[in-house]
Amino acid sequence: MSDIGKMVAQRLGLGLLTLFVVSLIIFLGVELLPGDIAQEILGQAATEETVAAFRRELGLNLPPHERYIAWLVNLLQGDFGKSLANKREISELLDVRLWNTLFLAAVAAVISVPLALTLGILAALYRNSIFDRAVNIMTLSSISFPEFFVAYILILFLAVNLGVFPSISNISEELSFGERVYRCILPALTLTLVVVAHMMRMTRAAIINLLASPYIEMARLKGLKPGRIIVKHALPNALAPIINVVAINLAYLVVGVVIVEVVFVYPGLGQLLVDSVSKRDIPVVQACSLVFAMTYILLNLLADVLSILSNPRLLHPR
Amino acid sequence: MTMAVAGSAFAGQSSPWVSRIAVAAVHFFVIVLFLGSVQTNTWAAILGFLAIHAYSVAVLVYWSRMARSAAGDTVIVALTVEYLLICVLFWELFSLWAWSTFFGLVLVQICAFAMVRYWRELRHAPPTAWFGMVVILIYVMIAATAPIIAPFGETEIVASEYEPWGGKFLMGTDNLGRDTLTRIIYGARNTVGFAFVTTVLAFVLGGFAGLLAATLRGWVDQALGRLVDILMAIPSLIFALLILTVVGTSIMSLVVVIAVLDSTRVFRLARAVAMNVVVLEFVEAANLRGEGLWWIIRREILPNVMPPLVAEFGLRFCFVFLFISALSFLGLGIQPPTADWGSMVRDNATLISFAAGDFQLALTPLVPAAAIALLTVGVNFVVDWFLHKASGLKE
Repeated sequence: MSDIGKMVAQRLGLGLLTLFVVSLIIFLGVELLPGDIAQEILGQAATEETVAAFRRELGLNLPPHERYIAWLVNLLQGDFGKSLANKREISELLDVRLWNTLFLAAVAAVISVPLALTLGILAALYRNSIFDRAVNIMTLSSISFPEFFVAYILILFLAVNLGVFPSISNISEELSFGERVYRCILPALTLTLVVVAHMMRMTRAAIINLLASPYIEMARLKGLKPGRIIVKHALPNALAPIINVVAINLAYLVVGVVIVEVVFVYPGLGQLLVDSVSKRDIPVVQACSLVFAMTYILLNLLADVLSILSNPRLLHPR
Repeated sequence: MTMAVAGSAFAGQSSPWVSRIAVAAVHFFVIVLFLGSVQTNTWAAILGFLAIHAYSVAVLVYWSRMARSAAGDTVIVALTVEYLLICVLFWELFSLWAWSTFFGLVLVQICAFAMVRYWRELRHAPPTAWFGMVVILIYVMIAATAPIIAPFGETEIVASEYEPWGGKFLMGTDNLGRDTLTRIIYGARNTVGFAFVTTVLAFVLGGFAGLLAATLRGWVDQALGRLVDILMAIPSLIFALLILTVVGTSIMSLVVVIAVLDSTRVFRLARAVAMNVVVLEFVEAANLRGEGLWWIIRREILPNVMPPLVAEFGLRFCFVFLFISALSFLGLGIQPPTADWGSMVRDNATLISFAAGDFQLALTPLVPAAAIALLTVGVNFVVDWFLHKASGLKE
């Protein structure tokens, strides 16, 4: 047990270190790249005095390391600074939108994970059959589709032609839970179609990998049904890679929402990020990037820890 | 000359004179066609003259070196003659752009030579791989001949906005009244072209760094490895958005930023594969012989890591292509008025909600999206087959 605790602490420490370096990159990357932010925002017409005043307002007259430390300290207290575009507190902007994004990702995960696992197990069970080939071609194609293509096809058929679901999913806090799920079902379906393929293929591969091992041979020889062999004997040992790929795809769900949110005008973090990029609102972009990077790193960390927990052999690498 | 003789000696069935006469005939024919359409532009005429000469010599050398058969030669000659016939028949179209005849010939002959050379493997390719190859070929041809086959100019405003499908505008017009079909044809050139350039850059960068890290080991390996770890810890779309905010969205910055972000994946693969090769005896022998670093990378390691890298090139191209399209779709990628599939989807997206009134018009934003999807599917199918073959798996 102490081994596991130590390992988790180690991974967590490494994750924190990565996070620190990432925050450094997000902050200093903006510094090192060419161009003066104040000049860029105010435009060519600005006089030297206004640029200087604006620089002072942004705190750009201080040396970079001082600003970085001040930024980090504020960040740890939950203060992300103010947006350049509308002078609002960034933490206010982030708060609601982050929850919206996580809500959408959660809905998508609830649909996609069971679907992917079932399809993967079925494909492993009926491998090399017509079903397996069909699923294989379908998933290979759905990986290749750009997200907006999937999204617009769903809108065209489910929203415009059949009118079952709304094509714009603007949710707000007043709505009931059921209504919110209903409104974000199309974006969630889009995300599902995008991530199912990867998870399903990995599940199939992980199970098929095991089928050649002697203990499966033994199970087959004593006359067990193929379905039982796969679910009872192969699946538990294939859990590590499956959990890993699921966690990676969850990370992708949170980060990959950007395009889907733009298509469906969903008020999430991705939409905010894209809007801020086109306005060149750098503090907001930095804050959004940091939140996304944090989620991504944490979920990847979770994948790491979970796959080690489900396969104790990884604890003692030779 | 000796090359050609040696080639004929082991080929046996086919006389070397077939290739020489064929190449010479085609050579003169193309020069006549080229000069016929180039008209008054002297410099273009001289440049084209030299290019055609160089190309003919290259074909002759390659042809005499490859393992030949009478059937293979017939295929190559037949395809070339067929192409030249098409040139003459549709001379009105080809003469619009002087280089088209020559570039088309290069394309057709590359395909013909590749088919003959790899026929043994191609014959056993699954239908999905064939589908992928045909799709890629069609895209390349459309991209190469865009100015010839497009009915209008790339940024030309030809009618009022959102004209219906059919008649003069096969796929209607877009939000500014430009012909959609024309923009899709030019999009093949721009979107695919930029994605290709970016992928090549990512491979040069990542591949070289990976091979270097594997060969030198020590602190170079450590430094590059940690740098890549950090870059990969940030989701690439987010990272690209962050950098593009600061440097601004121009084609140059787009290509460089995406190439650098994608080179991290190439680096990982190149390093991992090269690690297994570096420890082999022949590399050690080269080291002991006193060969330089560059020689060892180029002559000893690179040939042995090619198959996985080629497959990765296909996959990377898909990712980069989707990535650029996604950025363009967000309005942060390839900027107007350049025709580009991602931004075409964005510009015409509002049409979707009018599907009840005019279903064809509602498809307008889906056509460029489908064009993106089709190419990616095609490349993925080919890569899938290639990986299957390279891994030596039968079932």
